[in-house]
This record gives sequence, structure tokens and C-alpha cells, in this order.
Amino acid sequence: MTAPVAESVAAPYRDPVRQSFLRRQATRNRSVASISTVVVLVLLGFFVTRTPGWPAVHKSFFDGASFRESMPLVWEGFWLNVRMFLIAEPIILVLGLVIALARGLRAPVWTPIRVLAAVWVDVFRGVPTLLLILLLGFGVPALRVKGLTNEPVVWGTVALVISYSAYVAEVYRAGIDSVHPGQRAAARSLGLSDLQTSRFVVLPQAIRNVVPPLLNDFISLQKDTALVSVLGPIEALRQAQIYAGDTFNYTSYLAAALLFIALTIPLARYTDWLLARQRRRQAAGGSW
Amino acid sequence: MLRSTRPVLVLASTASVLLLAACATESTPTSAVTSSSPAATAASSTAPVDACAAGSLTLVTPGTLTIGTDKPAYPPYFVDDTPTNGKGFESAVAYAVAAKMGFTKDQVKWTVVPFDSSYAPGTKKFDFDINQISITDKRKVAVDFSDPYFTVPQAVLTLGKSKFANAASIADLKGAKLGAQVGTTSLAFIKNTIAPTQQPQVFNDTAGAKSSLQNGTLDAIVVDLPTAFYISAAEIDGSKVVGQFAVDPNADTWGLLFAKGNPLVACANQALGQLTTSGDLATITAQWLSTDVKVPVLQ
Repeated sequence: MTAPVAESVAAPYRDPVRQSFLRRQATRNRSVASISTVVVLVLLGFFVTRTPGWPAVHKSFFDGASFRESMPLVWEGFWLNVRMFLIAEPIILVLGLVIALARGLRAPVWTPIRVLAAVWVDVFRGVPTLLLILLLGFGVPALRVKGLTNEPVVWGTVALVISYSAYVAEVYRAGIDSVHPGQRAAARSLGLSDLQTSRFVVLPQAIRNVVPPLLNDFISLQKDTALVSVLGPIEALRQAQIYAGDTFNYTSYLAAALLFIALTIPLARYTDWLLARQRRRQAAGGSW
Repeated sequence: MLRSTRPVLVLASTASVLLLAACATESTPTSAVTSSSPAATAASSTAPVDACAAGSLTLVTPGTLTIGTDKPAYPPYFVDDTPTNGKGFESAVAYAVAAKMGFTKDQVKWTVVPFDSSYAPGTKKFDFDINQISITDKRKVAVDFSDPYFTVPQAVLTLGKSKFANAASIADLKGAKLGAQVGTTSLAFIKNTIAPTQQPQVFNDTAGAKSSLQNGTLDAIVVDLPTAFYISAAEIDGSKVVGQFAVDPNADTWGLLFAKGNPLVACANQALGQLTTSGDLATITAQWLSTDVKVPVLQ
């Protein structure tokens, strides 16, 4: 809003001698960090590859030919993980928020809703995700309800949504609780209704506070999509297991791991960046 | 300035010393094992009868034959999930082989070996593993197999009311939703031979495949023929073995699994050979597996 002012405030006098000293210091630190990292990695690599069992481990887990052979298969399965994840994630975000808001309802008339939300969180956060997947994936089709899909991927994804909505609801709730009560009081005293207070004052601050833990849950969700394989669908990890069972070589799991990492690392770096930005903003006294 | 680098160097050198120490202690026993194995392999190729006397064998636990299998151990290969009772086809085969190798029942110890870990590199915790494991050329790269103790065709099982219950050829099954257990040659058979239009479903164990068949998610499952008979006779009411398939010599023979280069293979083969010649193996097979029921061979 008042960028020029903020800039002049944020740019104090900088001593050039001190600045160049700090820069040199930073370069030195960086090079020491890189050298020590390289030394440790080289030493680790050196000693691991010299262990007597290394040739066998190398052949079983890091075999180049097996990697090339299994990667296309695993990639095919991985696409299923990505689809499950992309569909589940937005639903979880919305459902979790609804549950968190339901838990925060204060008026006595909402008691049943509030209790229901609390029970939902308690039960589905406590139950192992695998049980939910088995229960929905094998149980629902067994009911033989007309018009209800039999597709195991669908029910597996529904189970993930239920389980993660409980976790995410708690993350949201923590965010809502972290907003100072004074904010709500101030909003109410300005004449905003309860709903308006939530919508315009509490939630924007709450959600910003919980973005990193939310992303954390999503990274975990990406990997948990592999659990759906117990119902039969062939996703990346299952494809890797099939290859390993066929050839008695575990390298295919490495291929699956690399794909999961390729998906996770950008998200993790994005989380780091968000956190850093948040810190910068708070330190700079709220200037954007 | 120098002061700040010192802790890093100290850290690095301490780490390397620790690593060195760890490797030094680690390497001694393992290298002893590797150095002994070439000699052992050389001995196995000639395989004099004496080398297979129970007392002279190199075993995981001296004096005891340690046999691995998965848990749960499924019928008809094991009974009551208890390999030690000698009941079930594979339990009976294992004890018969052990007896021929000179071990009494008390000298046989069973250990749980999940299929996925049976081919892990490194020291094995079993002398051999018996777990309906098919002998294939690819697998032989990682482990050693005994001669086959059983040749088993694949079979397709469905519910009697299914539209695939009267399938008369492999082509008839192309449109079916098929399922199999992971790591099995049944799954490879579905993919390579039936090549169904819909992606097959894969399960951790036959239990998952069975429930999916029962609740209608699957049209049919592919399992080995004795398992198919067992499921249709004892486990799923109204299920039917539609047909069996021609035997694939590079997928449908089962062998005992050994660590790569284990000289014990020769001795187990000797025992299996004796059991085959004497007809004992055929007797055990007939006792535990119903293979005589007429099932059409689908082409």
C-alpha cells in the first residue's frame, strides 16, 4: 500500500566495509559447507561400497538394467497415484474445513453437529487408514447396493478422504485457535456478524498459519495412496512389487521411490519458501 | 577465522574414524563366509555322497535343518497354519526331504519367511524355503532352486452364476475382470497369456482376491490348480473351476529356494531324486492335492 515509505524504512544505512566482510564470510561458509558435505558423502560411499556384501546389495537394489526395465511399468502405476492424490486433495481441503468449522459452532442449537464433527475426528483419526480402505473397498461392494460403484479405486480414495479429512480438520482447528481472541472481539465490536468475523477476520489468518502443516499432510497423503493397492488396483509401489516378485530384484522399488520423491520435493521446497516468506513478513512489520 | 573450520574438520575426521571402525568390525565375519563359499560351490559340483551326510552339512543352525515358509501358510499346502504338524502337501514334502537328508522330525525347525524377503541379499535365516515358489530363469539370477518337486498348471476360478462360468477358451476370458496374488506366476500368466482388455487386480494374498470375487468386484481369479480346487470345495460356495491351462515349463514348476551358491542344493536334489524314484513324492502329492478331478484345459 505505502511501498515507498516501507522501503525507506526497511533500507537503513549499510556500511560497505561491513557488507563486503559479511559477503566474504558467507562465501567462506558456503564453501566449507560444500566441502564437508562432499567429504562426508565420499567417505560414506567409499565405506559402503567396500563392505563385503555390497556387490550383492548393489545387484539387488541398484541394478541399472532392472531400473531401466521397471521404470516404465512403475511410471504407469504412478499415474494412478497422482490421479488419486489430485482428486482426494481438494475434497479433503474442503471437507476438513467444514468439519473444523462445525466443531467451532458455539450456539446450543448446533450441538448435534458439533458432536458429530468431534466424533468424526476422534474415530477416523484413531482408526488405521488401512482398515478404512479395506472396510470400504471390500465391504461396500459386498453390500450389493444397486447404482453404487464397485470400483476399488473409488472406494480406496473415499477412505483416504475420510481419514485425511479428520487430520486436516484438526490442523484447521489449531489454526483457528491460534488467532488471538482479541481479533474476534475487535471484529465483533466493529459490527461484523459471527459469520462475517469467521470469514473475513479469523479464517484468513488461521489458514495462512496452517499452510505448512497442511502441505505436510499432503505429502503424507501422496505416499498413502499406495495403501489403496490392497484392494487390487496396480499403482506404483504394487507395480514395483510385481516386478520384484517376478525377477527377485528390488531395484523397481527404487524407481518408485524416485517418482514419489520427485513429487514430494517440489512441495516440500514450496512449504519451506512459504514459511520463509511468512517469517520475512512478520519480521518486516507486515509490509508486503 | 580458522577457529570456525576446525570443528568441521574434527567432525569429518571423527566420522571417518568411526566409519572405519564400524566397517572393520563388520567385515570380519562376513568376509569369512564369502571366502568359504567358492570352496563350497566347488564341492557341490562333484557332490560326493558323503558330503550330504547330515553331520557334515553347513547349516544356518548346526545340527538343525531350518526351513522357511510364509505366514499364514495356506491349505492345501499347510494345514491349520502350522508347518510343524507335517500335514499339508508342502509340510509333508519338507519333512520327507529332511528325512532323506538324515534329519529326524525334532531336528527340523521352521521359520517365518515372507515371500518378499525370501530373495533378499545377504545371509539367509533358512536353509531352504518352501512356499509354492515357481522356478524361473530370471529368479535364478538371485537365488538357487532345487529340482522341481511339483508341476502345477494355472487355473481360472469363478462363481457358478458368472457369465464367464462357461468360458471354453482363453479368448473367452479376455473381457473378464481378473485378479491374482502379487508375485505369483498366476499374475504373469494373466498379463502374458490371457492379456485381458481390463487391467487385472493384484492382491497381497489370495484372501483379497477371494473377497473381491465374492463381492463381485472381479469376474474370475487365476490361481494354481490345487488352490482352485481347495477354494471351490472348501472356501467359496458356488464357485467353479472353469478350466486349467497348459503347463509352462518356465513358470509352473515349484522348487525349494536356497541362498545363491548354497551347496545344500545338491543334497536336497539327491533327496528329491530318491523320493521321486521311490514313488513317495507321488504318494504325498496324491494324499494332499486333488489333481485327478477332470477340468478342461483351456487353449
